[in-house]
Amino acid sequence: MKNISAGQDIDLRVNLGGILMNNPVAVASGTFGYGREYEDYIDIAGLGAVIVKGTTLEPRHGNPPPRIIETAAGMLNAIGLENPGVDVFVNQYLPYLFEKKVTVIANIAGNTIEEYATIAARLEGCQGIAGIELNISCPNVKQGGLQFGTDPVMVKNVVQAVKAETSLPVMPKLSPNVTNIVEIALAAQEGGADALSMINTLMGMAVDVRTRKPVLANIFGGLSGPAIKPVALRMIYQVYREVDIPILGGGGIMNATDALEFIMVGAAAVSIGTGNFVNPQMAGDILAELYYYMQENDMKSLNEIVGIAVQK
Amino acid sequence: MPIMEKGLVINHQQLAQDMYVMEFLAPSIAKECKPGQFLHVRPGNTNDPLLRRPLSLYDVDQEKGSISLLYRVVGKGTDLLTGLKVNDYIDIMGPLGRGFSLPESPKNALLVGGGVGIAPLVYLGRVLKERECQVTVMCGAANAGQLVVDDKFQQLDITFLSATIDGSAGYKGLVTDLLVTQVKPGGFDIIYTCGPEPMMDLVALYAAIHHIWGEVSLEEHMACGVGACLGCARRLKASDETYAKVCKDGPVFNMKEVEF
Repeated sequence: MKNISAGQDIDLRVNLGGILMNNPVAVASGTFGYGREYEDYIDIAGLGAVIVKGTTLEPRHGNPPPRIIETAAGMLNAIGLENPGVDVFVNQYLPYLFEKKVTVIANIAGNTIEEYATIAARLEGCQGIAGIELNISCPNVKQGGLQFGTDPVMVKNVVQAVKAETSLPVMPKLSPNVTNIVEIALAAQEGGADALSMINTLMGMAVDVRTRKPVLANIFGGLSGPAIKPVALRMIYQVYREVDIPILGGGGIMNATDALEFIMVGAAAVSIGTGNFVNPQMAGDILAELYYYMQENDMKSLNEIVGIAVQK
Repeated sequence: MPIMEKGLVINHQQLAQDMYVMEFLAPSIAKECKPGQFLHVRPGNTNDPLLRRPLSLYDVDQEKGSISLLYRVVGKGTDLLTGLKVNDYIDIMGPLGRGFSLPESPKNALLVGGGVGIAPLVYLGRVLKERECQVTVMCGAANAGQLVVDDKFQQLDITFLSATIDGSAGYKGLVTDLLVTQVKPGGFDIIYTCGPEPMMDLVALYAAIHHIWGEVSLEEHMACGVGACLGCARRLKASDETYAKVCKDGPVFNMKEVEF
C-alpha cells in the first residue's frame, strides 16, 4: 500500500481539515478496534487513517448481549461504547500505534459537554494523534451520543467546547437520525469543526418472531452496511452543497465504485466500516482500485472529482 | 498466525437433511490450526448475506493441507454455502480464537457433543488420540439420521456412545441422561463439551460434582471474529461486570469460568 502513494504523478494525500492522511481510505471507529486486531491481515500504517474505538472518560462495560444481528445487506449493533477509558487508550494503545507510524484519529464520546472537553484536554499533547472525531451520534447509549447529535445548538456547543481544549483538528461524526442534516452540519461548522464525518449508523431494530421479542437486548441498534449507502450519499450530497469544510464519507462502502460515489457527492476521503468485517483487507483493496481508476482517467489528485456529481 | 486464504473445495457432501461436510485445501491455514479454533467463512461474494460465519474446525489434515467443516443449515449464509461445488474456492480467514487446552500427558478424556456441536470434538478426538489419550465420545442427536459422525470416531478407534431423542439409535433420551445414568463416574480425568447450552450446563455440573477438569466451547453471533467489534459479548458469570468476547477470549472456556 505504501508504494502506491509513492506513484510518480498521482498524489493520494488528503488534507482533511488539518488531518493529514497519506491516502483517502480510512477505517471507521468501532469496526477496527485499536488497529492491532487487524495487523495480521493488513498493513495498518498504510491506511489513510485508523479511527480507533470510541473512547470515554471512564471505562464502560457496554450493553448486554445480544449486541449484533445481521439484517438484509447490513447489520444492527448495540455495543454500547464498551471501552477501557481514555487513560488506558493513551497509556496502553496509543504508544504502539505511534511507534508503528499509524495515522490515528481518536474518537471520543461523553455524557456531558464538560466530559467531551475533559477527554479532549487529556489527549492534548499526546504523541501520535492526527485528529479527533467527536462521537455525537452513537444511538446505543442512554446518555450522550445521539442526543448531542440531533440538536444543532448542542452540536455547536460541544464542538466549541472541544475546540477550546485541543490544538488538534476536530471532526464531529454526524448522525443520520435527524430531519435536517444540513442544519446540524452548519451548526458544527459554526462551532469551529475542521471537518465532518458522515454518517453514523441509522437507528433500527429487529424482532425474533420465535421468542416474540426484540433481538437486541438494547432493543434498538445502529444499522450499518450496504443497506445504508443511499442514505449516506444523499446526506453528504446535501451537506457538501452548504458547508466549506471537508467531509469524510462512509456508510456501506464495499468496493472502489462505492468509494467513488461518495467522492463524487463531496467526500474528500472515505471510511470503511462494516466492510472490514467482511474483508479485513478491504481498505487496501479499495485504495489500490482507486489508484488504478486515477491512472486510467489520467488524474493527478482525487480533488479533481470531489463533489463532481453535485449540482451547486 | 491467522491469515486469509482461498480454500479449494475438494469434497462437499450432504450428510443428513440439513447437515453438510465440506473439505477444502488451505495449506497455510491448516498448518496453524488447533482443535477448538474456528474459521470465519464468507458464504459468497454477496451483500446479502453480508457477514462471515464462524464455523468450528471439524477435522484438519495437516499433511494434505486440508480442512473439513461440518455445518448445519440455519439461515441464508449456511444455505448459500451448500451451493459450493468441488473446484470452487471458499473465502476463509483463520484459524481464530482460543482452542481446547490439550493435556501434556496421556489422560482419560470424555467428549460430550450435542447436534452440530459434535463438530469440534472430532478434530479434538484425533489430536487427543495422537497424544495417546483414552477417548470416549458421547453424542446426542434428534434421531439416527442426525448422528453423522460415528464412523469418524470408529476410524480413530474412539469409544462412541450415542443418544437419540426418538431412540432410533443408541440410548433413548438426552445425551446428558446417558452421561448421568449409564456411565460410571470417576473414570475420566478431563471433559470437553460443545452443543446446546442446557446440555453444556449439565455436563459442567457433572464435571463439578465429580471434580473433573473440563472445557466448554461456546457459540455467539459474530461480526469481525478478531476482537475488534465487541459484538460477541458474553457475561461468563452472573456476578461479572465485564463481558468476555467469544471470538477472542474463547470460543473455548474453562467450565468453571462459565455460568449457563
